[in-house]
Amino acid sequence: MSDLLSIRGLRVEFGPSVAVHDVSLTVRPGEFVGLVGESGSGKSLTCRSILRLIPPPGRTSRGEISFDGRDVMAMSHDELRAFRGHDVGTIFQDPFSSLNPVFRVGDQLAETLRLNAGMGKREAKVRATELLDHVGIPDPARRYLSYPHELSGGMRQRVMIAIAIAAKPRLLIADEPTTALDVTTQAQILELLARLRREHDMAVLLVSHDFGVIAQVCDRLAVMYGGHVVETGTVGTLYQRPEHPYTRALLESVPSLESAGSAQRRPAIPGQPPELTETLPGCVFAPRCRFARPECQTISMALERVGPEHETACPIRPFATAPSAMRERAS
Amino acid sequence: MSTEVAAPALAGTARPGHRRSLPATPVLVGAVIVGLLGLAALLAPLIAPYGENQVDFLHALESPSLAHPMGTDDAGRDILSRSLYGLRLDLAVVLFVTYIPLPIGVLLGSIAGYFGRGVDSVMARLADVMLAFPFFVLVIAIIAITGPGLKGVLIGVPLAGWALYFRLARSEMLVLREQPFMLATTGLGYSRPRAILRHAVPNLMRTALIYSTLDMVVNLLLLASLSYLGLGKQPPGAELGTIIAGGQSYLLSAWWIATLPGLVLVAFGVGVGLIGDGLSDGRLRSEAA
Repeated sequence: MSDLLSIRGLRVEFGPSVAVHDVSLTVRPGEFVGLVGESGSGKSLTCRSILRLIPPPGRTSRGEISFDGRDVMAMSHDELRAFRGHDVGTIFQDPFSSLNPVFRVGDQLAETLRLNAGMGKREAKVRATELLDHVGIPDPARRYLSYPHELSGGMRQRVMIAIAIAAKPRLLIADEPTTALDVTTQAQILELLARLRREHDMAVLLVSHDFGVIAQVCDRLAVMYGGHVVETGTVGTLYQRPEHPYTRALLESVPSLESAGSAQRRPAIPGQPPELTETLPGCVFAPRCRFARPECQTISMALERVGPEHETACPIRPFATAPSAMRERAS
Repeated sequence: MSTEVAAPALAGTARPGHRRSLPATPVLVGAVIVGLLGLAALLAPLIAPYGENQVDFLHALESPSLAHPMGTDDAGRDILSRSLYGLRLDLAVVLFVTYIPLPIGVLLGSIAGYFGRGVDSVMARLADVMLAFPFFVLVIAIIAITGPGLKGVLIGVPLAGWALYFRLARSEMLVLREQPFMLATTGLGYSRPRAILRHAVPNLMRTALIYSTLDMVVNLLLLASLSYLGLGKQPPGAELGTIIAGGQSYLLSAWWIATLPGLVLVAFGVGVGLIGDGLSDGRLRSEAA
């Protein structure tokens, strides 16, 4: 199947700082892809560059982004507007400031329907109420008239989701949609995303720094570190057989039920993520890596295929024969 | 009076912590004052007991009485009638010179703030020049060109007035454009005019409107001062500043000529100020919530 979204060699610079070094990522139609990494790893910027929403002075200095065969980087202003409005929906991290405080939420949703789905005023109003119901907002006719400050965070995120899917996009980008919400609401929003993806047959790119969140809903995931994708694969593969030391370290730092109550601390990754201004030769993770060797200073971070749907940026592959983290934990 | 005092106390005890239930007394009082004055000005030709320039030398310099509630001036003209006509003119001029520059300033300011960089630099420097120039001197300079009369005020005040609204709107826009909901307008493919006019401007109108209440008082006083200096409305036309200027030589013998119209000015200023205060309090409250 051909890719819906394909990013090749993306590089985003802010003056002398390089925030995204070399990111390649693909999303197939209807696929639920997770993008995971710690703060500053470049996940959000990668997402924003898909819509060419990098705020100045930042710029996408290299790379190709194609959506359904169309070159996003070459789009004119008008093409870009149509692309943003029709093909891709976006949900931002902070539901508290993503809605305009001075308008009723229903009207904001209806506006998107009128502008991006070409509906008339009355039709948009009816459809907006239906959509509010569809994303699980109780009493939608009354909630249509609410202002953002009258809704809880979870409700607002649902409204945002309704706005994002209003024009029936084929790709939904959710940039940490659950970070600002409490755990119960998080689960509900994830369930909603999974359900909408099935019902609307759209692809979802979910950004998160939380492995737990990703594992619940995604098919495939990409792990980012220091502006690079260090490993991609299906959720099962990455959980069972992570090849990159960073992925493995991330997994080991996630608390599990088995470890609950034990006095043992979760292993943390020593050191700090790299500064944006420094460009390290070789592997960016090498300074913090337990398995680093001298040759790590010179290796390329290109993704290498190590299995079906599984690519890693670590040519050392210290776990190629070792038992996986999960099996170790289970024993 | 007693109900007014009792109401906040009651609301306070019935729903503690519910700040919205507190009545906005200042706004209410201000609105009543401004409303009454506005109505009086609007209806001046109907309610004024005498004509604007109706001279009656037999009753010159009479102190306030039932026939002349605010007394008469040296030509026997009724001060109340003249004040009503004067207020009518003053309010019309003040509304014009305040609410014409407001939308212009807000629009330009939001454009400058939204786009930033080159557009912003050019427009912001232009506004700086307008603001750096002494306001009063600018208006007087324009009057020097147009000649004494209201024309100079009608041109001069808006010419400088937009710059303040520009600055207010621009600085608010700089904050606003970083808000995710503004980013969302781009992400949803909305046009820039729509993002600015439909989504941003309603968010920054409030500051501009609050400021405009203050601006209105300043403009009213400016107009009265210019007339007082003989640069505004020309005699015998009735304008509060002109009336006050005409009465100043009688301040000791017939205090009412200058004092009572002056009090009308004060009442209007207080009323508008109360409204502005109330609005900005409401803003602080909603931001704290």
